[in-house]
Amino acid sequence: MSPLVLLRRLLLVVPTLFGVALVVFVLMRVVPGDPVSMMIGPGATAQDIAALRSLYGLDHGIATQFGYYLRDLAGGDFGVSISRKQPVAELIAARLPLTLELSALATLMALALGVAAALAATHWRQRAIERCVDAATGVVTAIPDFLWGLLGILVFGVLLPVLPVFGLMDSELRFESKSGFVLVESLLRGRFEVVSSVLWHLLLSATALALPLAAMIARVLKASLAEVLTQDYVLVARVKGFGPWRVLLHEALRNALSPALTLAGVQFTFLIGGTVLIEKLFGLPGLGSMAIDAVTGRDLPLIQGIVLTFALIFIAVNLAVDALNSALNPRLRGH
Amino acid sequence: MHLTARAWFGIAVFASLVIVALGAGWLAPHDPLEQDLLAASMPPAWAAEGDLAHLFGTDTLGRDILSRLIFGARPALIVALAGASLAGLVGTLLGLVAGFRGGVVDALVSRSVDVWMSFPAVLLAIVLVAVIGTGLTAVVLAIAIIDWTRFCRVVRVETQAQARLDYVVSARMIGLTPTRTLLHEVLPNVAPLLLTLFTLEMGIAVVVEAILSFVGLSLSSDVPTWGGLIQEGRLYVHQTPWLLGLPMAAIVVTVLGFNALGDGLRESLDPVLRR
Repeated sequence: MSPLVLLRRLLLVVPTLFGVALVVFVLMRVVPGDPVSMMIGPGATAQDIAALRSLYGLDHGIATQFGYYLRDLAGGDFGVSISRKQPVAELIAARLPLTLELSALATLMALALGVAAALAATHWRQRAIERCVDAATGVVTAIPDFLWGLLGILVFGVLLPVLPVFGLMDSELRFESKSGFVLVESLLRGRFEVVSSVLWHLLLSATALALPLAAMIARVLKASLAEVLTQDYVLVARVKGFGPWRVLLHEALRNALSPALTLAGVQFTFLIGGTVLIEKLFGLPGLGSMAIDAVTGRDLPLIQGIVLTFALIFIAVNLAVDALNSALNPRLRGH
Repeated sequence: MHLTARAWFGIAVFASLVIVALGAGWLAPHDPLEQDLLAASMPPAWAAEGDLAHLFGTDTLGRDILSRLIFGARPALIVALAGASLAGLVGTLLGLVAGFRGGVVDALVSRSVDVWMSFPAVLLAIVLVAVIGTGLTAVVLAIAIIDWTRFCRVVRVETQAQARLDYVVSARMIGLTPTRTLLHEVLPNVAPLLLTLFTLEMGIAVVVEAILSFVGLSLSSDVPTWGGLIQEGRLYVHQTPWLLGLPMAAIVVTVLGFNALGDGLRESLDPVLRR
């Protein structure tokens, strides 16, 4: 991507952000029930209600309200949560790190699983292993993370109770995280018993998130490996007498990885979206589980803040994938 | 037409779902709402304490799980057909127009798709149902509002490609109106693609219903749905694990069947893929 094209992509983010803010604003305004009467307790006088309405700018016209709302958002002010009586920005900042750690862990697992499956299926072509990988990728992609999570709970939590299925770490462990990034921080502070407990607790949830992505990576990488293996330089490497694994890992994989990485980048947003349910399912205190609580508790400012945060992450990830792709793949530049 | 094995599997699953949904009243051995606390939490018939009267066991209120699964096929089929149709209708129309007209219309539609794709689908579904209200109609509407983009993106690109082909140019030259060209010439050529998208979307719709039930935002518990059964099964997973496993199996088979139906029909219809 030339600088000009990148600039165009950056500029397109502006209308997208505006659209996102508009959609969220409209959604929050059509929620049945008056937000003020939900905030205020019973026994409030008409004057109290009017005071609160003007405090939140609800006594202005809808266009003016949208203007105030955009002004607040631009200043990073997401309002105050109704149910938790704390600034929404603070609540999100406290919950977001775990969601990011879980997503990163799941992405790494997906890459490792997907690459391993593609390599195995390519090395043992036309054998039972290839047929197994093909069948497995078909089934695994079709079933969403939510069902994989439930299956994990049923099999490894209940039928053969070997893995923890609820919470972030063993209940007797005490760890006060300053940054919110529990995994990274406990690792840096040398609290390895916390690291292992958290990893153990995240194993099923991260696997559930990783499986559909791993299957997609395996499928794309396998196809692109098959293509690369017909190239001349691979033949040259074979003629030189390099073994099949060396050719596969040193010559083919490096050149076949680009389409798989692009896919992983694009699908990463779906993976982050999946954390909403998976966190709720496994009782993890991340942004996603807070989102569901906010919706069931009709906490409008909090819902609004969380939806906007997710949208920002999605837009940023897509932009980063585009930029990274053009940096890695010179052939895409100038298009 | 020669149908592949995958297509047959898909057709079998779809046909069974329709038969079970339509004939639920005759097929179900019990009333799905009838409680029998004396026969509560019974395991499936093949387990040691099982009873053939309740083939798949009972839930904590003594309701027959097989009957609840059978009646759950009804909302699943309705959500799959109505949700996919509505999402497909909106997405296809917008995609056709955007791809054919280009210009401002295309820019507007493309930006809307960008905005839509910036939201996590699950979160949007949950917020939407909180806004629209619960019930079958709300679930169907939520699916359409979220997933029209899937159809729109694919149809838009395909329409752009078709519009450059000779037959479309010829159609315009012999004086067909743009609407007629679009509906009578372009649409039939986009149709095979739509079929695959439609069957995939049916599977997604069944999962969305399960997700909304899980969050407690789908139908009331008087209507047995697979998602509702999963939610109950999760609450009592240690007492009655089969209550979680059986509806999950129903959803997995249905989703795999819908996917196989789409892929299989495409393989069977497309002469290039059939080779």
